[in-house]
Amino acid sequence: MSRQSQFKNLFMAAAVALPASIMSFTGTASAQQTVKIGSVLSVTGPASFLGEPEDKTLRMYVDKINAAGGVAGKKIELVIYDDGGDANKARTFATRLVEDDKVVAMVGGSTTGTTMAMIPVFEEAQVPFISLAGAIEVVEPVRKFVFKTPHTDKMACEKIFENLKQRSFTKIAMISGTDGFGASMRAQCVKVAPTYGVQIVAEETYGPRDSDMTAQLTKIKAAPGIQAVVNPGFGQGPAIVTRNYAQLGMSSTPLYQSHGVASKSFIELAGPAAEGVRLPAAALLVGDKLPDNDPQKKVVVDYKSTFEATAKQPVSTFGGHAYDGLFIMVEAMKRANSTDAKKVRDEIEKTKGFVGTGGIVTMSPTDHLGLDLSAFRMLEVKGGDWTLLPPGT
Amino acid sequence: MAEFFQFLVSGLTVGAVYALVALGFTLIYNASDVVNFAQGEFVMLGGMVTVFAHAAGVPLPLAALLAIAVAVVVGIGLYWLAIAPARGASAVSLIIITIGASIFLRGVAQVVFDKQFHKLPSFSGDTPVQMMGAAVQPQSFWVIGGAAVVVLLLYVFLERTLVGKAVLATSANKLAAKLVGINTATIMALAFGGSAAIGGIAGVLITPITLTSYDVGTLLALKGFAAAMLGGMGNPLGALAGGLLLGLLEAFGAGYVSSTYKDAFAFIVILAVLFVAPQGLFGRRAVERV
Repeated sequence: MSRQSQFKNLFMAAAVALPASIMSFTGTASAQQTVKIGSVLSVTGPASFLGEPEDKTLRMYVDKINAAGGVAGKKIELVIYDDGGDANKARTFATRLVEDDKVVAMVGGSTTGTTMAMIPVFEEAQVPFISLAGAIEVVEPVRKFVFKTPHTDKMACEKIFENLKQRSFTKIAMISGTDGFGASMRAQCVKVAPTYGVQIVAEETYGPRDSDMTAQLTKIKAAPGIQAVVNPGFGQGPAIVTRNYAQLGMSSTPLYQSHGVASKSFIELAGPAAEGVRLPAAALLVGDKLPDNDPQKKVVVDYKSTFEATAKQPVSTFGGHAYDGLFIMVEAMKRANSTDAKKVRDEIEKTKGFVGTGGIVTMSPTDHLGLDLSAFRMLEVKGGDWTLLPPGT
Repeated sequence: MAEFFQFLVSGLTVGAVYALVALGFTLIYNASDVVNFAQGEFVMLGGMVTVFAHAAGVPLPLAALLAIAVAVVVGIGLYWLAIAPARGASAVSLIIITIGASIFLRGVAQVVFDKQFHKLPSFSGDTPVQMMGAAVQPQSFWVIGGAAVVVLLLYVFLERTLVGKAVLATSANKLAAKLVGINTATIMALAFGGSAAIGGIAGVLITPITLTSYDVGTLLALKGFAAAMLGGMGNPLGALAGGLLLGLLEAFGAGYVSSTYKDAFAFIVILAVLFVAPQGLFGRRAVERV
């Protein structure tokens, strides 16, 4: 073994053995050698199922990038704050990132609420900000320094309605959660329904913590002529809706869930009642089932195995959003061969054909999301697992 | 008519859960005049411990017993560590202590368990039973039956056993109870343990239907408290009636009026009742015989 590779092995071992101390490790390096990327995530609190995998993903991949030599000749120094899902805290941390930590870029913002609170800070400081929040408000209207990676609820509705149209279903019922996600997606669905010739003939809601939705579903069941039911919502609510749906013997009417339930725990919680449920979801969920020629296959399979091996928990699309955000940022820095905030922003906007876990991203001055409907795959639950629906079914 | 029965069954199932939580409130309130807002956390513990013990390979009935035992230990611990040292504090201070305990327990559960939702298998399968056109989950019978058994046992305990009578005596007049030789501190610890057990049982019974996570207790405590107020704070029969009534209000409200105003509907009725009868439906009037 040559002296050089010995040294390299030693370095790799240190990087693997000391992931927790990476902050102090990079912290001791001088300012010229590091590039500071900030992040504010909801690691604890009600949105922790978003923030926790995002936090793990960012730390994991920044370690990897640094071990491979960093970006534009510099090591990345990650500064992460936990807002606990509180928009006020998020804004305070955003100000701290800009004023005290002097970050050149920002990847984070787990929820729409925290993201919207932080946007003015980064816009004013002219620091590029890639958000991990779902709602379309983040990038519509387009703001100069704000980008985002997750699919929007509007796209989810469009994907569902596209599928309804293919099956010639025109009369549907909706049962929506009253939480932020459910309410926002419901509004988007109502807005795009006419475009697809879909008529919403019955509408019910449920609280995010409700434990029984049979009353609402009984009403829907009694409404005449309903061909399918759509459920915008996330958390345990949609799982209970699915269970009650089967309990009331409604399974002959197709049930559509949203990408809000796109994790294995939904199937586990809903049990056999989930059979036949359809939903739009990112490729990450069905990585191993994608055909080999799918451009996303390598990226999602790699991310899934890396995340699951390191974090010791099942992969979720939310951590994937953080992966996409980090690498869009890093590749923009590489292309700019600089860590100057404005140059990085310009390069992010020029992102073209970036293959992420969420889809293939091509941004433009008028599109700071860069995803189209092909980023969503239509899935059906079969035999207690996701199956990829072939196009047109 | 089928719809009516569907609403009735779902109202009774949810109502039985509220009734069990309200019963826990009542037992502690009777013995110590404390409104225990950590009551929902006992329900959470009942569900979560069962889930994790079951996942670790413990048979379901044993896991359930273990969960109830854990809840009881936490309940007694809550009394000895937080309530007893604050003897003589005002009612508001004690309520704040229990709210603090509730936040603490939720935090510990988040660390000890995790932040995900979990389910338990239904005790007697998932095939719904058809009754008068309504589809009923077999687990609903467990919840309603379980609530009935708990109420019955509590009644027998309070009315037919010496220890139960000591609880009643402590609740009627603490000083007099002490004078006749009742160890009121032990009785109060017993009340906390007992209501923790009731909460734990509720948690075990409802988890197959409602799923569980570290923070399910918050809403249950709120609804259970509302049920206890509706029925009359401190009255076990009132807790039962209040719980069932609240569950039925929610189900019929969502079914016949609008699901958007389901919670509002229930609380408006409670407010109306409290305006007309401030002691709740079954509350004792504040007249004391001397």
